[in-house]
Amino acid sequence: MGQFLPFTKQVIKNLFSEPATTQYPFVPREYPERTRGHVDINKDNCILCGMCMRSCPPGAITVDRVGKTWSINRFDCVQCGYCVEKCPKKCLSITPGYQEPGPEKFSYTVEVPYEPPKPAAKPAAPAAATSVTEGAKAVSETKAE
Amino acid sequence: MGNRSIVPYGPQHPVLPEPIHLDLVLEDEKVLAAIPSIGFIHRGLESLTSKKDFNEMVYVAERICGICSFMHGMGYCMAVEDIMNVEVPRRADYLRTIWAEMSRLHSHLLWLGLLADGFGFESLFMHSWRLREKILDMFEASTGGRVIFSVNTIGGVLKDMPADMLQDFVRQLNDMEKEIREMTDIFLTDYTVKSRLVDIGIITGEDAIRRGAVGPMMRASGINVDMRKNGYAAYNDLDFEVITSTKCDSYARCEVRIGEIFQSIDIIRQCVKKIPDTEINTKVTGMPNGESFIRVEQPRGEAFYHVRANGTKFLDRFRVRTPTFANIPALTQTLQGCQYGDVPLLVLTIDPCISCTER
Amino acid sequence: MQELKKDLYLIDKAELLTVIMEKKNALWRLCQICCSYPKAENHFEVTYSFANGQDISNYRLIAEREEEVPSISRVYKSAIFYENEMHELWGLHVENIKQDFHDKLYRIDVETPFLEKEGE
Repeated sequence: MGQFLPFTKQVIKNLFSEPATTQYPFVPREYPERTRGHVDINKDNCILCGMCMRSCPPGAITVDRVGKTWSINRFDCVQCGYCVEKCPKKCLSITPGYQEPGPEKFSYTVEVPYEPPKPAAKPAAPAAATSVTEGAKAVSETKAE
Repeated sequence: MGNRSIVPYGPQHPVLPEPIHLDLVLEDEKVLAAIPSIGFIHRGLESLTSKKDFNEMVYVAERICGICSFMHGMGYCMAVEDIMNVEVPRRADYLRTIWAEMSRLHSHLLWLGLLADGFGFESLFMHSWRLREKILDMFEASTGGRVIFSVNTIGGVLKDMPADMLQDFVRQLNDMEKEIREMTDIFLTDYTVKSRLVDIGIITGEDAIRRGAVGPMMRASGINVDMRKNGYAAYNDLDFEVITSTKCDSYARCEVRIGEIFQSIDIIRQCVKKIPDTEINTKVTGMPNGESFIRVEQPRGEAFYHVRANGTKFLDRFRVRTPTFANIPALTQTLQGCQYGDVPLLVLTIDPCISCTER
Repeated sequence: MQELKKDLYLIDKAELLTVIMEKKNALWRLCQICCSYPKAENHFEVTYSFANGQDISNYRLIAEREEEVPSISRVYKSAIFYENEMHELWGLHVENIKQDFHDKLYRIDVETPFLEKEGE
């Protein structure tokens, strides 16, 4: 056929080939491992330093040191991963799975079981002491900036 | 003298997914002049430098455009690295080159689809977007994002690609090359396609220079200008020829872009062969002070970045001149004297990205 | 003409048209025109960039807040868009643009130029 009707070959192929799309809501999409879907927190490691809150380009993350909560508005989050880069304790991660749409924006809040170091209190156990001093160091670094 | 009228065209138009408005002065069916206006989605990204520090601006720069997002981030990072005298590790340069060329591939496939849609060849549109989808999947597997990659950082890149992933990509691209070849042959030989493209929207080389056209628009007029030959990132190690055409019409622009698709695949293969095993980023300390002018070759043409820093963490000025902005004067030139029915097609041949232009 | 750094020259208003004609006759193309208003200096800086193949050269013109800058749109047609953009978004006065859009190139909902609001 050559120059004449060059699309014919493709047309015949189309008739006998499988569709390139998937039946989306019925066949769920499989995400690769690296997909940046949403930000997750490992709350046990969080020291409430607030680095993620200050570095977040759209300002989606709020860290409340007094109320000991870490919250994210997933509708504002742009999944850039800068908070993950900045986190001094590496407790944030980006995992597959997108936020589902909803009628209104809401925040997702996590209560963080972190005890801020008290200057006068004596550390109870050596293991706890190291984490506390590390935490204090991170906090002082934050203040210095 | 015929009947003169002014026809508003856009910002909402079935052929154009993006908001550009043209006031077309018509004499019967012939366009006498076109007056463009933009800014319907102006976001003021350049002025965000006063609120976001220079590290966060990487993520802002990426969001200038959805198609060349990687290149915008890369251009911005290169400009800041130039100010701060940061030497980027070689592997990061290669990774940037690979991602940049993949962006070019997916941008050109997207454009081919839009062009086919523009002249009403819907199944070609579907086929080029089907092929583009595979590139997006490759992006998702390597960076985690399909459109916005967020892998650039000042001093290198954030994510590495392991060797088996690179080999897998090359294998997939080799398979795709045959399919792309089949599809682009239709663009280059089909009678209906040719009747819509050949001898339409002629812009001569001299005019292209005078109007400041960039990218495939310029190369289709026989001007050999490609910023990749400047040797930024890893391009100085790679072997490639600038693709030009001397036909000056819409068909030539299509031809140049199709040529660049295969060139990109070839460049990615070369990169995978040559990629060195080093670190992927260097630690950058201190604040930038000074200014820099960087030009990178985006799929749509040359983009210009001017970064001016004052020694604090907020930049004084971040200027992006996107390729579409530079091509608008050339577009008004091609529109003069064309038929009204060809206007959507001619707007498409500059590969307009109005979101880029607005910033 | 004074060299500020590599490929960047400071020129004054009288030199501008000579420089532009020189570039035009050597078949350089206009790469971009950038307007900026550094807070520390309190004046406009207009940077004209020209490119020829892989070469680039930038010329910087300094203008006071209310000063008028000559238009180069009669030499380089593509300057029309850059000059209209500067006038509309930055409030820089450009004399005698070949095709003046009268602040209608950008159809922005909010009031322009943006600089005025910050400055006052």
